[in-house]
Amino acid sequence: MSISKKDVEYIAALSRIHVPEDKLEGVAKNLSDIVGYVEQLQQLNLKDVKPTSHAVPLSNALRLDVVKPSFSNAEALSIAPEAKDGCFKVPLVIE
Amino acid sequence: MSQAPFETVIGLEVHLQLSTNTKIFCGCANVFGSAPNTNVCPVCLGLPGALPVLNHQALLSGIKVGLALNCEINSFIKFDRKNYYYPDSPKGYQISQFDFPVAKNGFVMIKTDKGPKRIGITRAHLEEDAGKLVHDNLSNCSLVDFNRTGTPLIEIVTEADMRSPLEAYDYLNTLKLTLEYLGVSDCDMEKGSLRCDANVSIRPWGQEKFGTKTELKNMNSFRAVKVALEYEVARHTQVIQSGGKIVQETLLWNDEKAMTIVMRSKEHAHDYRYFPDPDLVPFHVDYKVIDQVRAELPELPAAKLERFIKQYALSEYDAGVLVMDQSLTKFFESCVEHYSQPKKIANWFNGAVLFEMKERKLSLTELKLTPSHLVELVKAVEEGVVSNLAGKEVLTAMLDSGKTAGEIIKEKGLAQVSDDSALLAIVDEIIKQNPTVVEQIKQGKPAAAGFLVGQAMKQSGGKANPKKLNELITQRILNA
Repeated sequence: MSISKKDVEYIAALSRIHVPEDKLEGVAKNLSDIVGYVEQLQQLNLKDVKPTSHAVPLSNALRLDVVKPSFSNAEALSIAPEAKDGCFKVPLVIE
Repeated sequence: MSQAPFETVIGLEVHLQLSTNTKIFCGCANVFGSAPNTNVCPVCLGLPGALPVLNHQALLSGIKVGLALNCEINSFIKFDRKNYYYPDSPKGYQISQFDFPVAKNGFVMIKTDKGPKRIGITRAHLEEDAGKLVHDNLSNCSLVDFNRTGTPLIEIVTEADMRSPLEAYDYLNTLKLTLEYLGVSDCDMEKGSLRCDANVSIRPWGQEKFGTKTELKNMNSFRAVKVALEYEVARHTQVIQSGGKIVQETLLWNDEKAMTIVMRSKEHAHDYRYFPDPDLVPFHVDYKVIDQVRAELPELPAAKLERFIKQYALSEYDAGVLVMDQSLTKFFESCVEHYSQPKKIANWFNGAVLFEMKERKLSLTELKLTPSHLVELVKAVEEGVVSNLAGKEVLTAMLDSGKTAGEIIKEKGLAQVSDDSALLAIVDEIIKQNPTVVEQIKQGKPAAAGFLVGQAMKQSGGKANPKKLNELITQRILNA
């Protein structure tokens, strides 16, 4: 499967990543190579293999409904590039 | 009434916050109203390396909701990432359930004027809530509070089964009552514990294919959902009748302007690129767990209604009023334990007590009335100690003062006079004053006695026992 320049533009928009016009071609080729590599799996005979969503043989990892300590406000905001009124400050988003 | 030009088709999505102690994937407290960003941890903030672990109670609540909505519970469930970029979600995705939700294929029964109707439940799935954004236009920034991030949600999705805004409204009320009985959430729309989005379309009568739908968001009450749907149906109709086409889009309801507004940020079609969340291993739900949850389900509203009608011989109306609120049914049943006159109690309760609650704008708990106190009053009326009318006065005084019915009857001298000798003096006086009426009664019109009873009541200052008066008046006249 080959990834087109248009695919790259679309995926970049979904991922909020800016890909400059002159790099689109290169990214498309790289992504095509990666998908092509994984595509080798299609050549295997998987008739008797059940579909799976997880590779780890684990299930039912549950937690008791017991409160654990949280960050203090200062700790939480210590990673914020900007903060205001106890909140993370981000550029204005209007709906 | 002429038929509407098109058939309306509505489906609803309800998001319900589950009131567990902790969030769905971490041990932060699940509480409303804390100072911003104080119930957060690496999982809530989406820090690298943080690992989510499912809250057992959230899963059980999900199963509970599924069972109460007559769903099948999936024996295999998993969580998926719903990818989108918005500042309310620090990870860049929401953990939700895509193809293996906790519950599917259920239904809710609603009442319509054409009889009961089944509203299909497509699915109910668990997911995490997002953070809260406050837009600060003055400083040209938005502020993010991640306390709400990770609050357990169950999303309940219906089939496109509703055919009018009223049916949608009735479904929501029925659903909410069921959820309240389950006790899995406070179901408080004002706090955002319960939120509703609606999908609506119209189509020519008889056409099977659905019309183009629009999605409505931002309704903060069931009434607003109904009004927004009515507005949207009218808009669709007008667009189509004038030769236009409906565009599939998400609209925000503006309650003040009473109109829908197109959401600007949704130019792109949704493309969430769901995939299994590798951080959360899958779950096998054992049938024993399902049976256990089923066994612990409370009696649900529909069953309670039926039982109240049968067991207590209540009218459907009276039973319906009680069932609307679990605290009322508990109070009622406790009264019946004290005094096995369910109909009498229901009359008092649905009449005078609910009236007082409305007047005082208080809940039953806030009213501070106890079942035994109400029973004392109902007994006093039934045994003829006070008249029905005086009984209401006693109730008002009880609620004002916190005193018992007995104390108030005594204090205010409201006890009915049933003593023959005291009443006879009044009766004789009234008979003397109304010779024409007396003549009518003698000529075989016993109904005329009602007038004399009324006169005698007035004379007694409302204290006489009317039944006793009627007896004495008839006796006196006919035996004269």
